[in-house]
Amino acid sequence: MRARRAAVELLAPVALVVAAGLVGTVVSQTTQIYFVTALISVATVVAIYVFVGNSGVLSFGHISFFAVGVWAAGVLSIPEQEKPATMPYLFDFLSSTTVGNVPSLLVAAAVGGVFALLVGLPLMRLSGLAAGIATFAVLGITNNILRYYEKIGPGLNTFSSVPETTDLLQATVGALLVVVAAFAYQRSRLGRQLRATREDPAAARAVGVSIYRQRLASFALSGFLAGFAGGLYIHFIPINVDAVYLDLTFITLAMLVIGGSTSLWGAVIGALFVSALDSVLAEMEDGMTLLGRTIDVPSGSRIVVVSAVMALVLILRPSGLTGGREFSLASLGRLRPAEAK
Amino acid sequence: MTPASGLTEFVRDAIDLQVQVDAIALGAVFALMAVGIGLVFGVMRLVNFAYGQLIMAGAFALAFASDHDWPVGVGIALCFAVVLALSLAMERVVFRPLRGQSAAVMLIATFAVAFLLQSIALLWFGPLGKTATSLVALNRPVSVGGVDIRKITIVAIVTAVVCLLLLVALLNRTSIGLHMRATAIDAQTARLLGVRANLVSTVSVLIAGALAAVVAVMLTVQFPTVTPTFALQETILVLAGVVVGGMTRLLSATLGGFLIGYVSGLLGGALPSSQSQYLPSFLFGLVILVLLVRPDGLFTRGRGLVERV
Repeated sequence: MRARRAAVELLAPVALVVAAGLVGTVVSQTTQIYFVTALISVATVVAIYVFVGNSGVLSFGHISFFAVGVWAAGVLSIPEQEKPATMPYLFDFLSSTTVGNVPSLLVAAAVGGVFALLVGLPLMRLSGLAAGIATFAVLGITNNILRYYEKIGPGLNTFSSVPETTDLLQATVGALLVVVAAFAYQRSRLGRQLRATREDPAAARAVGVSIYRQRLASFALSGFLAGFAGGLYIHFIPINVDAVYLDLTFITLAMLVIGGSTSLWGAVIGALFVSALDSVLAEMEDGMTLLGRTIDVPSGSRIVVVSAVMALVLILRPSGLTGGREFSLASLGRLRPAEAK
Repeated sequence: MTPASGLTEFVRDAIDLQVQVDAIALGAVFALMAVGIGLVFGVMRLVNFAYGQLIMAGAFALAFASDHDWPVGVGIALCFAVVLALSLAMERVVFRPLRGQSAAVMLIATFAVAFLLQSIALLWFGPLGKTATSLVALNRPVSVGGVDIRKITIVAIVTAVVCLLLLVALLNRTSIGLHMRATAIDAQTARLLGVRANLVSTVSVLIAGALAAVVAVMLTVQFPTVTPTFALQETILVLAGVVVGGMTRLLSATLGGFLIGYVSGLLGGALPSSQSQYLPSFLFGLVILVLLVRPDGLFTRGRGLVERV
């Protein structure tokens, strides 16, 4: 029975990701872009969930790990002869090295993980508001350095000539890998200990759980997955440093909170729901025809609607659309699953 | 340039009177913002990330007025009206329903409000924004003892001191001030004793709003180009400063705000230009250092409460 429930908890988000991937194959080339974006968002949000959801500690810093993943994968996979054009001041070992798609994703993940581990060593002693502000400070520093330090990347320039290897298949596989890793972690001994510290720090300490170590392990894993997601992203679309700062931090946290930050199911639902909303609005900004009527909204209204929805969800359902619970078959029988305690 | 001569140059620039006065003025403006954030936090336990967008809205009101060639007084009145109305709406629609939620939920909710206001401004005014020119005359320098000081720095320091004194008088000499202090110490007991929670939160949000309007006036004098991200960087720094100073008391929060404004003014004025682009990294690095050493704040007494079994 327990094994079956665990299987359902894993299969529901996996099925959703696979479904998104499959639907993506039958739509037009331009619409497919939305599906790839949504799948990369799933990977990113689940990566953040591994730390924020399991520990209950807020982090504004995860987009730094995503950003170093973008930088690592981007810089390493641009063909050597193209590098001087956008990145003339690169360190020699970076400008003379070029790696393929899969190695660059692994390097991105490794860089993200190591960075998170180093940052976490001092920072994981903090909690509450101090932790929130300190992780924000990490984001600010990372952004500031990536913006101006041109020996490790393009600085203010946009990445160009990165091979666009993240297609629908790679995005689906990437999102699945992250979801499975997150599931394996939260069912593991480490994950359970961390979740115990979230529910009751005092009781968890009383039975010998080290809050610091559990948070640090989760932070590093989370940074590893976020770096991987960053690698997926730069292989999909050319971006610059502004794309990996406050806006992305906001939208990914919004996805997590809207879905329900304490469950993997919530992270996946939130990422897909907000991505769907965002895509529909993006289409509307270009003028969309629905049932014979053309809907046209001014450009820039996407973020207005998304932030309004986020504020609404927080006010009406502070624990998110899923109520922060994992998917279970029993909840389908009830009309309003989240109400049942 | 050797490191040693770089250091002496840095120190010489840092103790320069001009740099000092500018840094103190920036600290004064940041202190006002810190009070606005700290006051609302004290009464509602809510970190208002959207505070900067209130200032942004006020700045747009000023730009709107100067666009239409309205007199300065009308512009300032419009600025106050817009900011106060927005604060009131924010309190009723967002803060009040969230009362009692965890700090993280409230912080993310105000994050959402911040982005909502910013994106509305982007839709309305475009990314390049508008210019508020009616008060730029305050940027002209006056000579005090051989040092050229811009009028606005004097105005900023004086205004900040006056505002803070008024606030202290309000908190210590009036009954609503007493109610606010009681709520900040123990909201539940205060309510049991007949303090009206809604009134107290409305008043504190209005005071914070008025301070935001004052800050909007000050900042538009120094930075007349008003964009949707106006005051965003400043708010982030002030939030960091408030936490560094210690959120639990208004005084320590204010000192934290002043300190981060002062330090950023000092570093901005004294760092050579090749390094000043890394100014945010220096500041955020300092913030992390202080938080690691004193997670409950620089200016708080004793240790924070740790729940024990």
